[in-house]
Amino acid sequence: MRIVETMQKADWPAIISRVVGVAVLVAGVLLAAGLCTAAPQDNSVPSIFDSHSTPADSIRHLSHFVLGITGLIFLVVFSLLSYVVVKFRRRVADAEREPAQVYGSTQIELAWTIIPILIVVVLFLATARVIHAIQDAPRPAEAVEVTAIGHQFWWEFRYPKLGIVTANELHVPVSDAAHPTPTFLKLLSADTDHSFWVPQLAGKTDLIPNHPNGTWIDPHETGLFLGQCAQYCGTQHAKMLLRVYVDTPEDFNAWVRGQQEPAKRDEKEAAGRHVFETTACLNCHAITGTNGTGRFGPDLTHLMSRRTIASGAAENSAQNLRLWIQNPDSIKPGSLMPAMKLSDADLDALVRYLETLQ
Amino acid sequence: MSSDVLAIQNAEAASRPWVETLHEWVTTVDHKRLGILYILYALVFLIIGGIEATIIRIQLMRPHNDFVSPQVFNRMFTMHGTTMIFFVAMPILFGFANYLVPLMIGARDMAFPRLNAFGFWLTALGGFLLYFSFVGGSGLYGAGSAPDVGWFAYAPLTSRAFSVGHSADYWTIALLVSGFGSISTAINIIATILCMRCPGMKLSRMPLLAWLNLVMAGMVILAVSPLTAAQIMLSIDRYLGGHFFDTQAGGSATLWMHFFWIFGHPEVYVLIIPAFAFASEIIPVFSRKPIFGYPVMVAATICIGFIGLSVWAHHMFTIGMNSYANSFFVFTTMAIAVPTGIKIFNWLGTMWGGKIQFKTPMIFCIGFLLQFLIAGLTGVMMSVAPFDWQLGNSYFVVAHFHYVIVGGILFCLFGAFYYWFPKITGRLLNETLGKLHFWLFAIGFHLTFDSMHIPGLLGMPRRIYTYEPGRGWEIWNLIETIGVFVQGIATLIFVANLVLSYFNGPKAGNDPWDAWTLEWSVSSPPPVYNFASIPTVASRRPLWDLKHPEDPDSHYE
Repeated sequence: MRIVETMQKADWPAIISRVVGVAVLVAGVLLAAGLCTAAPQDNSVPSIFDSHSTPADSIRHLSHFVLGITGLIFLVVFSLLSYVVVKFRRRVADAEREPAQVYGSTQIELAWTIIPILIVVVLFLATARVIHAIQDAPRPAEAVEVTAIGHQFWWEFRYPKLGIVTANELHVPVSDAAHPTPTFLKLLSADTDHSFWVPQLAGKTDLIPNHPNGTWIDPHETGLFLGQCAQYCGTQHAKMLLRVYVDTPEDFNAWVRGQQEPAKRDEKEAAGRHVFETTACLNCHAITGTNGTGRFGPDLTHLMSRRTIASGAAENSAQNLRLWIQNPDSIKPGSLMPAMKLSDADLDALVRYLETLQ
Repeated sequence: MSSDVLAIQNAEAASRPWVETLHEWVTTVDHKRLGILYILYALVFLIIGGIEATIIRIQLMRPHNDFVSPQVFNRMFTMHGTTMIFFVAMPILFGFANYLVPLMIGARDMAFPRLNAFGFWLTALGGFLLYFSFVGGSGLYGAGSAPDVGWFAYAPLTSRAFSVGHSADYWTIALLVSGFGSISTAINIIATILCMRCPGMKLSRMPLLAWLNLVMAGMVILAVSPLTAAQIMLSIDRYLGGHFFDTQAGGSATLWMHFFWIFGHPEVYVLIIPAFAFASEIIPVFSRKPIFGYPVMVAATICIGFIGLSVWAHHMFTIGMNSYANSFFVFTTMAIAVPTGIKIFNWLGTMWGGKIQFKTPMIFCIGFLLQFLIAGLTGVMMSVAPFDWQLGNSYFVVAHFHYVIVGGILFCLFGAFYYWFPKITGRLLNETLGKLHFWLFAIGFHLTFDSMHIPGLLGMPRRIYTYEPGRGWEIWNLIETIGVFVQGIATLIFVANLVLSYFNGPKAGNDPWDAWTLEWSVSSPPPVYNFASIPTVASRRPLWDLKHPEDPDSHYE
């Protein structure tokens, strides 16, 4: 009836290699955590542990606390498991005898019920505090207001108080602790669900059609911060990139003044403007001073003030503009921009005109 | 029924034309055959879903890769998720439940054998419909093929404005049909467990596997019904001019989220509870001790069942619920860690003081314990709503739920295969290949899913077909892809082991593991009616009592 176990000795290497394996694993996790926190200075790695804004900072602090507690639990349970696996292996000597049959122990089971309950209560209280601090934060009078509207597959940013409309690249002033100028975003969607996520500035909040949402950032360092859409929104979800420029107050004010100007009207490029006004461009795009008032695509009034096109998918250069207009699929297959199929002359004129839109 | 009768039956079967054998399998209402059908069906889809995962990983191996187009990539992750949840995990677990529950409670079949067959064939039809979309999804529009809306198919992406053609309809109908199949199977499991137990088997003497499947089946009824209702509502939106989820006409996108996740989260427990059930049978046998704290294990499972129904909105921390709603779901989600923790400790308690045999089923269960511990702890991290605002919908969450589903459920399932294969086929699986399978799969699993946490922390969202270089994501993505191939090789070894051992494995006999539950008291494979005479039990371990008449369990319980 009973099977005699004969391969006890052979299990030692397995156990040792398992322990070593897990040690390597834990070391790897620690190393990775180190890499996450030691991101390069230029913010090219949007690590959640490299935060530069009040809500992202509170999340980081909370996450350290949570990682500490879960790490401790892991160590305790993992040590128990390793101990049990090594200590209570069947040995050849008394393979035939069954071990003592233990059915349970009320005290021990109570202990490992009550201790986790206490941990949960502590974790919950710490969490609730941060939820309240971030979600119910008061909006100071100096706050910048922005309406972010998600589109398939780009971002529209409107500054209602400043009369600015732009796309994909959000400009906000840096916030000084003494005189905070946080930015409060109202989040809307024109089509499907999207999510606004710039890990170094704040956690993500979804943009849901027919369901206005809000979030806020309070960056205390200037620079470019990268993010992207974090809710699957269709074919080109991957290239719905997001750039946030945190400017000094002077730079921000200069940017605002520039954006408030009407579009440059350079009569040398009237031919290009004519192409814009007489083709399908104006169905979707707006440029002040022309008859183009479309809102389906990005406002192009100050196109050349942006460093990227196609929602961050390509650098904003004459060559990329040509490519984008003639064959958007070569940059972003599945984007809703149609291929315009212009003649070379028209295309040259149009791109030259677009390049004047500083 | 004696083995002679079986031998005669087999001889008869061998001499019959294959059409008759096929006919027998197609029209069968036998719980064991239906169980095997479920398992084989799921294994086929496991391979298909695995191929889809491989395509996803090859595409993401390096930034700006163009292995597949964005359209194909989006179809792949939608089909991968839908297939793995609805047409691999659920059927395979139903298959084991179907096969094992009657045998373990001393019954001759399920309570409703024909409903059982109906449930299986509905599930089979569902999977067929989903994959028929590759052919029929374009419909008259010539647009779209397989569904590409993601496995949770958020509105309004599924509306006709954004999903032209019929691919979303195939997705809807596939889930609707298989949903009915799941609900009928769940009803059957509940009825069987409540009404068909053999004399002496009080609820408090039931094997844990039966208890856990009872809770699972209850959750299926409560969770799958809203999903099925939502699929009907979506079809009404798409074809009858309804506006449930049509945001352009005042419908609500968040309504779909609530409907989906009130299904989706309990679904996680629907899948993991049967995995717990396997662990709760395998760990005691290979530790040579009874399960530690049986009543607490049952209570913890029921607790998970109830709390599991109240945590769904933790999938929705980023949709802008107010701080009170967020706090509520934080609390319920954290609370579920308590009964789950109790289970882990009780398994450790079972092994404590035992004489652990490192047979393949057991090492898979030990791997499960470690990995499920990590999965649970990353789950605790994400229950912290503010932390989830960063982690949610990033690769961290993808790593987390694959840790649960692969590291937890699939490891237990592999353990279950090695443990019950001898009962189902009469032959043992090869131990050497089994250990090779375990180690290779574990290495591949950790390569892929350990490294997958990191890009999530570095801001990489899920469901992107490509990514920008220079964000610190490249190396991790490359390691993930390498791990997938290691897992693929391990899976091939497993399949080879199944096939080779089926034909050439050593004969198992009735009770190869010296186990204690009723299925090991009958021949392997069990006779058609399971028990020639219905057994009577006096404790939770009837075969222990039989083997140790001097010291039976019934004295202590």
